[in-house]
Amino acid sequence: MTTDSALPKHTITALVEDRPGVLNRVVSMFRRRGFNIASLAVGQSEVAGLSRMTFVVEGDDTTVEQVTKHMHKLIDVIKVSDISNANTVERELALIRVSANAQTRNEIMQIVGIFRANVVDVAPDSVVVEVTGDQDKVESLQNLLKPFGVVEVMRTGTIAMNRGMATGARTDEARPRRPSATPSSRATWTDRSGG
Amino acid sequence: MKLTGAQILCESMLREGVDVIFGLPGGAILPLYQTLPQYPALRHILMRHEQGAAHAADGYARVTGRPGVAWATSGPGATNLVTGIATAQMDSVPMVAVTGQVARAAIGSDAFQETDITGITLPITKHNYLVMSAADIGRVVKEAFHIASTGRPGPVLIDIPKDVFTEKADFDYPDSLDLPGYKPTLDGHPSQVKKAAKLINEAKRPVILAGHGIILSGAYEELRDLAEKAQIPVITTLLGISCFPEDHVLCVGMPGMHGMAYASWAIEEADLVIALGMRFDDRIIGKPSAFAANSKKIHIDIDPSEIGKNVKVDVPIVGDLKRVLRMLNKHVDAAVHVEWLGRVEELKRQHPSHLVRETDKLIPQCVIKEISEATNGEAIIVTGVGQHQMWAAQHYVFKEPRSFVSSGGSGAMGYEVPGALGAQVGRPDKVVWSVAGDGGFQMTMSEVATMVENRIPVKFAIINNGFLGMVRQWQEAFYQRRYVATSYTRNPDFAKLGDAFGCLGLKVTDKSQVRGAIQRAMAYDGPAIVDFIVEQEENVYPFIPSGQTIHDMIEEPRPHRQESRR
Repeated sequence: MTTDSALPKHTITALVEDRPGVLNRVVSMFRRRGFNIASLAVGQSEVAGLSRMTFVVEGDDTTVEQVTKHMHKLIDVIKVSDISNANTVERELALIRVSANAQTRNEIMQIVGIFRANVVDVAPDSVVVEVTGDQDKVESLQNLLKPFGVVEVMRTGTIAMNRGMATGARTDEARPRRPSATPSSRATWTDRSGG
Repeated sequence: MKLTGAQILCESMLREGVDVIFGLPGGAILPLYQTLPQYPALRHILMRHEQGAAHAADGYARVTGRPGVAWATSGPGATNLVTGIATAQMDSVPMVAVTGQVARAAIGSDAFQETDITGITLPITKHNYLVMSAADIGRVVKEAFHIASTGRPGPVLIDIPKDVFTEKADFDYPDSLDLPGYKPTLDGHPSQVKKAAKLINEAKRPVILAGHGIILSGAYEELRDLAEKAQIPVITTLLGISCFPEDHVLCVGMPGMHGMAYASWAIEEADLVIALGMRFDDRIIGKPSAFAANSKKIHIDIDPSEIGKNVKVDVPIVGDLKRVLRMLNKHVDAAVHVEWLGRVEELKRQHPSHLVRETDKLIPQCVIKEISEATNGEAIIVTGVGQHQMWAAQHYVFKEPRSFVSSGGSGAMGYEVPGALGAQVGRPDKVVWSVAGDGGFQMTMSEVATMVENRIPVKFAIINNGFLGMVRQWQEAFYQRRYVATSYTRNPDFAKLGDAFGCLGLKVTDKSQVRGAIQRAMAYDGPAIVDFIVEQEENVYPFIPSGQTIHDMIEEPRPHRQESRR
């Protein structure tokens, strides 16, 4: 897995049979055909017995077309959608353990608040931050916390879903904007999501 | 009524029309084998090696069009199938392999002869199953045969733990399938078909590039209709050989690395390439960006992932060739293309790669031509991989579909012995010649014993040059004749080996003996081995080095050339 590639990223979702080995089949296909997975998330779908996978893959259009076609060929894969260019909601969750002491804790809490993230664990020398959002948001927060000392990062990988067709309304934008960002965060984070 | 898992498997096989199984038993699959006497309609051929079982099932499938069946036990039995399964996968051959597995409770414990064969074969099967309940066997077998034989065919492996074979369950063979993730597209998109027809009708210099898909779809008539109606020359890929009669005036033969030079040139000069059931393999296209650079391309294939994989095409159509061609032919206008066909004939005269040079020496090409004449182009020819394979493809004049059987994509040496065995079992009415290399023959020759034992009368022509010939040719061309590890200095006496196996064994050292030996082998009632001691350093021409273009083609040195038509 590489995340800092120059190739464009595409988001692909797949509806698959919830059977032993299905994840292995899909991932094995990626590996043997030399396709790169930037992130992968799997979970149950709305239908019993079916799971939904979200892949973020790197590659040009031809590569991504091959990825989707080869995924289609797997018997256990029922539906594949490339939603890269579609109007989608994309989210991932990350847990970030940051070094913190009495002096820095407040500043960290402030940044966390701006990002509408949560501190879910506090220890004398560290805090654990939980953040939900698209990849940009998670990465921006991570960058802002770096100066404090990021000890450990755990990310779920992106999950994605098409927005409703009828109005195209983005409910998260309709919500009140987040408190005005600090200059440093505005520079690195152009948020399209609420979270 | 409750049956054991083993009985359910046999019952299901019968319902799928299985009549022969190539296999070799062992501990984990023993309950299945002990059930076999209850099902006399299932003929079992006991192989000497599981690789032989897989290749034989493959050969059977290629000549009959029905899935071949191979059985093996767990562990080494299963892993020995792997080469044969990979071969079937690369060449889209329908096959169902059944392997025994250690008992359910022992899975994952590194038990004796335990191997994760579903894991191992995951990338080389179309699909595979580990069946954990006898009640599932019927459904799995039905799905396996359906998946193996429809769409783009391929191998399916079913792994069954020993105690599932003995577990009892109700047997009720399903009538229908529930495979929401598997629905091959059969009919071409009408507007794409019309676009293709328009390109064909406008083309001045069209060629058809016909592959294995024509054979898999049985679209021989449709291909012929298209070629004859619009007068389009037909070029066939290695695995497309025999899909179009080679004595037909429109047949141009095989292109590519060792194809007929004029076929490659016809593609180069064409303004439209109509690719049918082929996958633009690197042996055909060489350098992808330079392949048929001056032409538009239509690509019809049942596998959407083949479209645009290696070569960009103008009009892709996904569908079953028989159906798509039927639709297409309705929109194609009759045409003559006099000038273009004249040009193709001229190319044949300028680059006569189908001619064999006159010589008193025993050269391999002569052996192939003699077999072609002795069998009137009506035998089934099974080959191994390498020089002899290319000569067989070049110089045998194939007249009937499914008569050229060869490991194409995976290039598995040793295919020639068990592959021929399976082909002969599938077509007992035909003469089957295995054109073998001395290298490949020795990889799997133990299966000659299987042939003698089961009265399977394959005729072997061993093209014996004492070398791994194709590798030697590359060493000659690219490594200044430094023959590293390619020479067999002390091959066994294959004729005597024939005696030892209990079949006819002949040795031919002189050109004058070739015809007689072929006749004697064919007259013999049983398998026969003819050891042709040929010129050692004969090369396959033409030769387009790997990844290069038609302009880099090396043709046979001209001074030897005599003008005699085949």
